[in-house]
Amino acid sequence: MDLVESYREDLRFARKPITWILLGALLVGLLALPWYAHASWVVRLTVIALYAIGVMGQNILIGYTGQISFGQAGFLAIGAYTFGHLKLLGVPFFLALLGAGITAGLAGVIVGFPSIRLKGPYLAIATLGFGIAVYQIFANSEVLSGGRSGLPVPKLEPAFGLSREVFVYYIYLALLLVFTVATYNLISSYVGRAFVAIRDSDIAAEVMGVNLTRYKLLAFAVSSFYTGVHGGLFAQFLGHLEPQTFNVAESLTLFVAVIVGGLASVEGSILGATFVILVPTLLSEYRWFVPVLFGLTILVVLIFEPLGLAGRWLKTRLYFQLWPFR
Amino acid sequence: MERFLQYALTGLSAGSLYGLVALGIVLIYRSTRVLNFAHGDVATLGTFVAFAFVSQGYPFYVAFPVALLVGGVVAILFYFGVMLPAQRQGANLLGQVILTLGLALIFQGVIVYQWGAEPDRFPFPLSETKTWKLGPIYISQLSLGTLGAGLVGSLLLYLLVQKTRLGLAMRATSENLPAAQTLGIPTRRVLGISWGVASALGVVAGIFLAPALLLDPFFMLDPFLKGFAAAVLGGLNSLPGAVVGGLVLGVAESLTGGYLTIQFKNTLAFVIIIVVLLVRPEGLLGHEFKERV
Repeated sequence: MDLVESYREDLRFARKPITWILLGALLVGLLALPWYAHASWVVRLTVIALYAIGVMGQNILIGYTGQISFGQAGFLAIGAYTFGHLKLLGVPFFLALLGAGITAGLAGVIVGFPSIRLKGPYLAIATLGFGIAVYQIFANSEVLSGGRSGLPVPKLEPAFGLSREVFVYYIYLALLLVFTVATYNLISSYVGRAFVAIRDSDIAAEVMGVNLTRYKLLAFAVSSFYTGVHGGLFAQFLGHLEPQTFNVAESLTLFVAVIVGGLASVEGSILGATFVILVPTLLSEYRWFVPVLFGLTILVVLIFEPLGLAGRWLKTRLYFQLWPFR
Repeated sequence: MERFLQYALTGLSAGSLYGLVALGIVLIYRSTRVLNFAHGDVATLGTFVAFAFVSQGYPFYVAFPVALLVGGVVAILFYFGVMLPAQRQGANLLGQVILTLGLALIFQGVIVYQWGAEPDRFPFPLSETKTWKLGPIYISQLSLGTLGAGLVGSLLLYLLVQKTRLGLAMRATSENLPAAQTLGIPTRRVLGISWGVASALGVVAGIFLAPALLLDPFFMLDPFLKGFAAAVLGGLNSLPGAVVGGLVLGVAESLTGGYLTIQFKNTLAFVIIIVVLLVRPEGLLGHEFKERV
């Protein structure tokens, strides 16, 4: 049965061979996607992949560290515009992406400073204020936002004889994989446990020897690094930037993704990203219904399934493991 | 000097509405420790109800109370229908804040569905162009009405909270919930009424803001955030603080727009939030909560 005998075993990414096989099958299915699925699904999964990175970052902050942030759109904008300007200066894709992540991460440290003193609702307001201030700065400053016509972002040149969509899809999928593995490693390390300790009780964590200042700032930095990368990838995907993209609604969508996917869960972040991307595309006839459905899902999730889709997934797995007993 | 007075007066009139929004937020925050992110959207809903009644040809004095009633009833239903069940399931504070966010999203969708996303003009009995000369400065009928609405609303709330039995129950409930329950105060009903009153105040602010801005489903977002800023500035658990915060924010904003830069006028509120939170997190008139493990 499912018995963990040592700490080493607990840290293993997947404990049973069947899990590896299923994961491998999923990966192969995703890699082969361009050959059997419609081209629109390749684009959709590209967006899901880039969104999942941002949601993961948000989840590190909200789910693991318990620091609420409504200002993700601000980091997103910083990442996207840094990426766009670097790309225009001729910086190669991955370096520009790194630059976007690092700039957003630095902004995260700056926003993180108030978080040392602020808690819960106060932090929510401060980050909300930050997000809107960034939006207004970009909307009012032509140098940063590229003026009325927006900021064009040079397209990626496809290689290996692939079409551009498929090439971008593979790059984004690979990045999602890298970030997923990195997140799993981060949260099962000392740093991850420090984050969780801060979430559960920051005073107790401090007494246990967790340096609150350092780890809260680190959580903000890591989370905004992810969001910055998300912004960069989003900018590359859109090919054209306007400040309107990064309004409060964008922060809320990321937030909905974290809640629906499941707080403090890496695979939940991916599920949540899938939810917030697929729902609007499937409901494109009834646009007004999208926020209603998001809102209703939040209410239902919080009242009946506080761990979100990831919790549902866990329960389903448990059910089949124990079947026919319950 | 005349310019200064003129800007200050405009600021006071806008600030009194920020104060009303802030009062609603503070009223809910200090009784349940929940930040109501649906406050702006409930106000939008109420304003659209008033708009629907006025465009049907009903007089304004009918539409106004109906809108207040709708806003209040919706908030009370939300408290009893969603917040209480969630609390029974053991939802923490973060969860409850997120619930109000969910409600906000639902209202946004419903308003867009019912009234469309195009901006409308709100037919209002007070006009913006009719002005009076007050010594060296001018005041429009609308901003005088706005100032009056803000002050009357705040005054009525003050009388309700300080001078009635219900207000006493509200203060007791927010001071110490278990003690209030022990003393036989029907705390759930009192909290429900607090939610209703708070939302009705938001609707008042919405109706008076609508003629100055254009009426679209997201028109309350900006004033709502400024109400937040005002509440933080005054202290999230202080009712007088909310009014003071609103007035200070309104004047500061108007002066910034007049003397410094019109573009970043709206950013000021958020700069104020961040600075206040850094320097004095409990706000101008609030007091700090001590926390123990």
